[in-house]
Amino acid sequence: MGKVHLGLLAAAGAMLAAGFATTTLAADDKMYRSDDRNSGYTYLTPQSKAMQDEDISNPGMIWVDEGAALYEKVDGEAGKSCKACHGKAEVAMKGVATTFPKYDDNIKKIKNIETQVNMCRKKHMKAKPWKYESSQLLAMTVFIRHQSRGMPMNVSVDGPAVKFFQDGEKFFNQRRGSLDLACKHCHQDHAGKKARANLLTQGQTNGFPTYRLKWQKVGSTHRRFRGCNKNVRATPYKYASDEYMNLELYVAWRGRGLPVETPAVRN
Amino acid sequence: MAKSKARVKVPKSVKKGEVFQVKTLISHKMETGQRKNKKTGKKIPRMIINKFVCQYNGKDVFVADWAPAISANPYMAFYVTAADSGNLDFTWTDDKGNVTKKSAKLNVTG
Repeated sequence: MGKVHLGLLAAAGAMLAAGFATTTLAADDKMYRSDDRNSGYTYLTPQSKAMQDEDISNPGMIWVDEGAALYEKVDGEAGKSCKACHGKAEVAMKGVATTFPKYDDNIKKIKNIETQVNMCRKKHMKAKPWKYESSQLLAMTVFIRHQSRGMPMNVSVDGPAVKFFQDGEKFFNQRRGSLDLACKHCHQDHAGKKARANLLTQGQTNGFPTYRLKWQKVGSTHRRFRGCNKNVRATPYKYASDEYMNLELYVAWRGRGLPVETPAVRN
Repeated sequence: MAKSKARVKVPKSVKKGEVFQVKTLISHKMETGQRKNKKTGKKIPRMIINKFVCQYNGKDVFVADWAPAISANPYMAFYVTAADSGNLDFTWTDDKGNVTKKSAKLNVTG
């Protein structure tokens, strides 16, 4: 922990006073829970919660700004921007994130928002698709998901998605790596307890792409999956691989009813 | 994100003599100069924002020299006493001499 977040230092005086306020606020995280499902927010320290709560101290908002600029930027041979087809993002993209990832009939697979953005870029804008985990694709994903902030996650797992959903569930329960751990061992059976110094969360994805303090930038669910897989000493799958798409669908369903928090702050 | 983006928050209007809070946020990787490239073993050169200045109607009201221990995407909050209506101008300067500017209007009543 060599690094110190400036705000906590500079506003130390204010924080002392606000400290009392945040402890009372901690009990008021009802909106971040749905039945027995808890958002990663409920596991945060009061300091990190305060950071997420206010848009100006939430560094993820920089990516929202970046995404907003990209949304209106004309790109590709067709000479179009996202806005040219979709119109105002506040209207067109509202609620969109709650239904992703979803089944797509054209590719006969599960797609997430990143896939959808690149499909649009290729088909309608005739522009080059963005690389997965590139700053543009992250910014655009953050921006689109941000339009649904506060709305409950509600992905469809029936019809043609069933097969993929079951694959995702299998992945979640499958032991892997030298440590021989499945996702469920930490994030289902032992959520709320500690693995060494880390507080285990339920592994909900409602705040993704989140600003992670460790990364010092925003990152996608797939980056998080890869990190988790490496931690149990398994070989991680590639970004946008079918395995992770299915897992993303299953995990999104696990967090049904939780509000979209993008851009969330996580440690 | 090659170019830094900044966000600033000041109150819409304040009373004369009132002490108000200003909050700022800027995107920057804040490379410490301590890290090594894992593949080549070479040090990654330092690249941080080393100076932050806030001017109130052309006069410095808050100046800070930043050091390598400050996190990426630094957030800065501080207090200013309201005098006259006008502009708050913010300037961030990094090691390569890149300057990011942002300004906010302040309306002082009474």
